[in-house]
Amino acid sequence: MSKKITIEPVTRVEGHGKVTIQLDDKGQVSDSRLHIVEFRGFERFIQGRPFWEAPVLVQRLCGICPVSHHLAAAKALDVIVGAGTGEGLTAVGDKMRRLMHYGQFFQSHVLHFFHLSSPDFLFGFDGDPLTRNIIGVIQENRDLAVQGVMMRKYGQEVIKHTAGKKIHGTGAIPGGINKNLSLAERDELLNGEAPLNADQMVEWSLGALDFFKAYHKANVRSIDGFANFPSNYLSLVRKDGALDIYHGVLRAVDAEGQRILNDVDYQDYDQYIEEEVRNWSYMKFPYLKALGKEKGWYRVGPLARLNVCDFIPTPLAQKELEEFRAYTHGKPNGMTLHYHWARLIEVLHAAEMIRELLNDPDLQNEDLVTKGKKLLKGVGVIEAPRGTLFHHYEINDNDQITLANLIVSTTNNNQPMNTAVNLTAKSFMNGRPEITEGMMNAVEVAIRAYDPCLSCATHALGQMPLELTLLNSKNEIIDQKIK
Amino acid sequence: MSKKIIATTSLAGCFGCHMSFLDIDERILKLVELVEFDKSPINDIKVFTRPVDIGIIEGGCCNSENIEVLKSFRENCKVLVSLGECAIMGGLPALRNGIPIEECLREAYLDGPTVSENKEQVLPNDPELPMLLDKVFPCHEIVKVDYFLPGCAPDADLIWNALVALVTGNEMELPYEVVKFD
Repeated sequence: MSKKITIEPVTRVEGHGKVTIQLDDKGQVSDSRLHIVEFRGFERFIQGRPFWEAPVLVQRLCGICPVSHHLAAAKALDVIVGAGTGEGLTAVGDKMRRLMHYGQFFQSHVLHFFHLSSPDFLFGFDGDPLTRNIIGVIQENRDLAVQGVMMRKYGQEVIKHTAGKKIHGTGAIPGGINKNLSLAERDELLNGEAPLNADQMVEWSLGALDFFKAYHKANVRSIDGFANFPSNYLSLVRKDGALDIYHGVLRAVDAEGQRILNDVDYQDYDQYIEEEVRNWSYMKFPYLKALGKEKGWYRVGPLARLNVCDFIPTPLAQKELEEFRAYTHGKPNGMTLHYHWARLIEVLHAAEMIRELLNDPDLQNEDLVTKGKKLLKGVGVIEAPRGTLFHHYEINDNDQITLANLIVSTTNNNQPMNTAVNLTAKSFMNGRPEITEGMMNAVEVAIRAYDPCLSCATHALGQMPLELTLLNSKNEIIDQKIK
Repeated sequence: MSKKIIATTSLAGCFGCHMSFLDIDERILKLVELVEFDKSPINDIKVFTRPVDIGIIEGGCCNSENIEVLKSFRENCKVLVSLGECAIMGGLPALRNGIPIEECLREAYLDGPTVSENKEQVLPNDPELPMLLDKVFPCHEIVKVDYFLPGCAPDADLIWNALVALVTGNEMELPYEVVKFD
């Protein structure tokens, strides 16, 4: 008999999603879907607001990586206030934003690996669901858990000193920033009491990589064979091909590493990318226009960035990249669980960059803002921890926003996550007499590897409203639904 | 003293309140001495497994699923806490309350500059998707809520102080510096 399996809610990811898996009467997976089940409507309700509100409003899409939205919006508005398309800020403006961004990369990647995903590796995909979480990690491997907690704390402190507060800060404004880094703040971050200093973070980042590599070595088959599939990859790179998560040009490569988007200016992003609407998810499905819906989808995020860039501009992370590249003989790496490996290499890169930036005296400069001739349209693109993030705003002569279009990182990974879910469901469930909790968690492990931020992805998604009557706690009707 | 049981959820929120909760940092080691977690997005407990002492709600209600989850929290938790602006007054998502929902859907699925040609005017309408409410509601308009902790996101110290007070039965110490509306 055919049946449908539902995993709801998907846990240890940020936001709201559910998975449905359809089994046919022979117990084979016939279809699977990752549904994103929420709607916000940001693009519409932000219209009419003064443009300078965007960086503080839109970051409230997501409390996990608010800095990404904050900075992508600020970069789009830099264009609008005439401060150029990424290279027009003052040195302190550019570097404070970069420091903020590396701080957030560090904390977000650490949160993902230690708090959300490490339980799958420590306890196994089919470990006891009651202990397979960060609390269980604290009880099982206290040192590892403490490291994760303190690394995240350090990243959050970097954000606090650059953005004003840890979550939903205000540091970036159109054309620049609203504060520099005081010497006292710099000294605290650079040489703070152990373990909260830059050197310790670099060292722990190397330790986290060793932890993953040792696990990989002991589990090569299950790691490498897990949701391994070819795809295209998209990311920003610096003009010279270096990994750069704050600014650059758009590049995409195919499964063989051939360029399919060659270092283009992201102000024209809408010439290259389109999104398909499907009726079963809030999330749209982006693809490269030139290749079409079937062949044009691509992956973003840590794995994509390391597949796309030519090199990493910090020495320790570059060494790790060489090892990572050698593992697939220089070809793009399509193994879903290698997202974790790539992510930890980026953690190391972020720690190195934070240390380098903290030593830069430009951070104490006082020329915070650049001004120029106002334009009516601006696009800001940034590499968020989870992948490429697009913000596009247009304004009118009254400085009100008239159009907002956002393609968030997780939306870019929509088709890849669905593909990973399908492969994992087939591999773990096909023809099994009984579907266990461990098998269902394996499907979530596939989703988790992409570090989806389903909160972010809800901005532009909606479901058709049906009939619903809403009663309050006293059973009085307070709302009746629209259709 | 036996450990108190707590449960958490994020409804129409951004997870920022949960992140601020994690910003208690190393105090999480102390927390696990005081409480045990039941249903929460940070673990894999997807349905309530036992009666819960303290339920913590992030986010308001924007769809039918939020309502169901909120009601199940009220039924299963002795004390319910609204954490952050969205739970307390709808927050930023409630900016859509003055706009017909059809306009929001149009903008996202039909009119957006990168939406591919959508001749059939496909909108998400699958039965697996929860029903959308035409307004975003604060939690206390749906169920009785016992405590409110403001902020966007509420400060980690505020969350910690309040939780410790609730768990130990002491009076909450909420100095001015940690109670912020932003």
